[in-house]
Amino acid sequence: MKSTESAVSGDAAAKTYVAPGKYDELYNFVSGGFNGQVSVYGLPSGRLLKLIPVFSVHPENGYGFNEETKPMLQTSYGFVPWDDQHHLALSQTNGEHDGRWLFANANNTPRVGRIDLKTFKTAEIIELPNSGGNHSSPFITENTEYVIAGTRFAIPVGNQESPLDNASFKKNFKSTASFISVDKNTGHMSVSFQIILPGMDLDLSRAGKGPSHGWFFFSTYNTEQASTLLEVNASQKDKDFIVAVNWKKAEEYIKAGKGKKMPVEYYHNVYDEETHSATSRIIKEVLTLDPEELKDMVYLIPCPKSPHGCDVDPSGEFIVGSGKLAALIPVFSYQKLIKAIDDKAFEGEYNGIPVVKYEAALHGEVQKPGLGPLHTEFDGKGNAYTSFFVSSEIVKWSVKDLKVLDRVPTYYSIGHLMVPGGDTKKPYGKYVVAYNKITKDRYLPTGPELAQSAQLYSIDGDKMQLLLDFPTIGEPHYAQAIPAEKIREQSVKFFDINKNKHPYVSLGEKATKVVREGNVVHVYMTAIRSHLTPDNIEGIQVGDEVYFHVTNLEQDWDIPHGFAIKHAPNAELLIMPGETNTLKFVPVKPGIYPFYCTDFCSALHQEMQGYLRVSPKGSNVPLKWGTGEEEAAAPVAAR
Amino acid sequence: MNNKLSKFARISVFIAIGCIAALWFVPMWRIDLAAPQYPEGIFMQIWINDVKGDVDVINGLNHYIGMKTIHKEDFREFVYLPIVLAAFCIFGLVVLIKGRRRAYYIWTGALLAIATLSMYDFWKWEYDYGHNLDPTAPIKVPGMAYQPPFIGYKKMLNFEALSQPDIGGWLFITAAILLTSVSIYEWRRAKKQLHENPFGQSPASRRHDKRMQQGV
Repeated sequence: MKSTESAVSGDAAAKTYVAPGKYDELYNFVSGGFNGQVSVYGLPSGRLLKLIPVFSVHPENGYGFNEETKPMLQTSYGFVPWDDQHHLALSQTNGEHDGRWLFANANNTPRVGRIDLKTFKTAEIIELPNSGGNHSSPFITENTEYVIAGTRFAIPVGNQESPLDNASFKKNFKSTASFISVDKNTGHMSVSFQIILPGMDLDLSRAGKGPSHGWFFFSTYNTEQASTLLEVNASQKDKDFIVAVNWKKAEEYIKAGKGKKMPVEYYHNVYDEETHSATSRIIKEVLTLDPEELKDMVYLIPCPKSPHGCDVDPSGEFIVGSGKLAALIPVFSYQKLIKAIDDKAFEGEYNGIPVVKYEAALHGEVQKPGLGPLHTEFDGKGNAYTSFFVSSEIVKWSVKDLKVLDRVPTYYSIGHLMVPGGDTKKPYGKYVVAYNKITKDRYLPTGPELAQSAQLYSIDGDKMQLLLDFPTIGEPHYAQAIPAEKIREQSVKFFDINKNKHPYVSLGEKATKVVREGNVVHVYMTAIRSHLTPDNIEGIQVGDEVYFHVTNLEQDWDIPHGFAIKHAPNAELLIMPGETNTLKFVPVKPGIYPFYCTDFCSALHQEMQGYLRVSPKGSNVPLKWGTGEEEAAAPVAAR
Repeated sequence: MNNKLSKFARISVFIAIGCIAALWFVPMWRIDLAAPQYPEGIFMQIWINDVKGDVDVINGLNHYIGMKTIHKEDFREFVYLPIVLAAFCIFGLVVLIKGRRRAYYIWTGALLAIATLSMYDFWKWEYDYGHNLDPTAPIKVPGMAYQPPFIGYKKMLNFEALSQPDIGGWLFITAAILLTSVSIYEWRRAKKQLHENPFGQSPASRRHDKRMQQGV
């Protein structure tokens, strides 16, 4: 029996202690699972620094509630204010994290988000057409040429209605691998092309790097092509596949005009930092490539058994498949794969795609590593670290000679693991972090649902050493970590008010006003310590659509202002210095509605408040507003 | 008597003009403020024609205690000072052309006068800002004034204030010390000349002697 306490040795606390006022070494971006957010922790302390809403509405700061960010969550299926966020990828230059952007996938309504690491805000969300669950995403090429989005569920292309049986599945259902190109300067994403693959479930993926740059590798399950009881039916074959995609070849085919344009409809939502607003664009076309017609673009490598992780080592030469039901870890060699392709060492075809002989592509197998291998990350010294879900452990092994070097228990049931930079050419390689699914006994119980958890291990020495447990928000899947100095200095402190191009900005208190257009009322409001202008508004009627456009006039770090109005059914605003945010409020009853600042801003924060007078519909109370002196008010006759 | 400036003094004119002209490009004075809630510190720089730095942040803080907000437009000094200093530089060129000790002394005196007046003005300005508080200010601390230190360090409530010359200020001081030292040097040189040659040759008498020698 492993004891819950025994694993921590004497100096572990000292290795994770970050004294008050000191900074952590690394930023750790952790996926939020079904909460649709990304959480940011400091390592090695495990302190929570921030929650970034990406695919979920977030009442704390009005994301998805305010008028400016509502378009971010628009999809071709309407407003989808939640998602299941699994994986994260930091942008790379020359195969190293560069600290510009963080990409996040939405597993449920297929989307990819981009977070700007200067502001820690979601800057862009793109929807994916022809995708049935975006799981093998958002993995990234070594110069951020492409972010990948592979479908988890095979669905009929175009999502036509179709009978649900195995015959129909084989005939109609397809998988797609979307290649999202990323603009070097702006980070703007666009779906460059999609490769239409046979119906199967793409699970995870990794870009090649170094010698294998130009290739992408996907793991896949349900190559049995079953539509029901996959637990049994997708576990029949001894081997599934690693799908190897030559995307440079795909680019050549596109140049040669071999792509087919397909009518689709998907949303592209972009947040503009100068208008502080997002806009949605509907895109109606996508370029597709069919590997059955376009040969030498896609190959399949047999991989035992229902592979989950599919990880490329820092040299770019080795591809580690993790058959989650297999009792060994197969490691493939890129050179051998290329040779096998050149030699046509194929064992057959699968839906028209060549299947390379297993042994021809195999570098070797790690024997008896543990039970249920899931994911592998690498240090910079030629070692691999694989998580084992069933046997709850991390196993360290040597990539070159495939020998198991060390193992440590994780408490309990590890999913992903992460070595800072472990997916790049140059891993930081000092720690490995386990992201656990089940955490019985680790923390005080909190009812049936227990805290989610991560665990930090040192990998400095020959032996891995548990340093720290820390609870996480949401169900952590994958994570990324980057040395603090690559992000810290570029962090935006406030927005320059002179660059605020919001259509309803108030540049100074003198610019504040209330404008009625029919039953729509625009309140141009400012917030500064410690008052709102105007703070008395009269002449609003029941049923009016009142838009509070609040500009935070502060130009100082860490002075956001909040804005909330009594009985607002949606949310509040949290406005950064120099920013404008808009809250829509439709009063349903006459009366006096207090409004106030929600974010403690100064010694007089509590005094930062005001009143909205709402009169019955058709009332003749004139529109009137002001702050302070009576004569500052500007009466305007009500319509 | 020889009234001409030494070569040394002539060079000093260039240096002094250079120091003062540099004030158009560098700040004269800086006031640094630190408080626990501002670990990164805030500061204000005074130029000959502007106030720069975290002026808006300081104004934001000042409004709690009823201090007037600081605006560049409120300072007539920012109009006068550049004119006065430009005049000083032109005067320097005149001194150079004239090459007379007396002009140099007056020029030095002018700089010292500008310095003294500016310092007095700065002190008065600080006094005014620190004492003339808005009676409706939200925060009132009995007996408290917020006059920043004229020069050096002072603790005001939770803020630590440090007031000191910036690059331009040091250049100004350099110019003042240089001119004063050279004036003293010239003064002593003049006295020495007078002592050695009480009927010393004026340029006119020298010309006269020359003519006599040539038998004109």
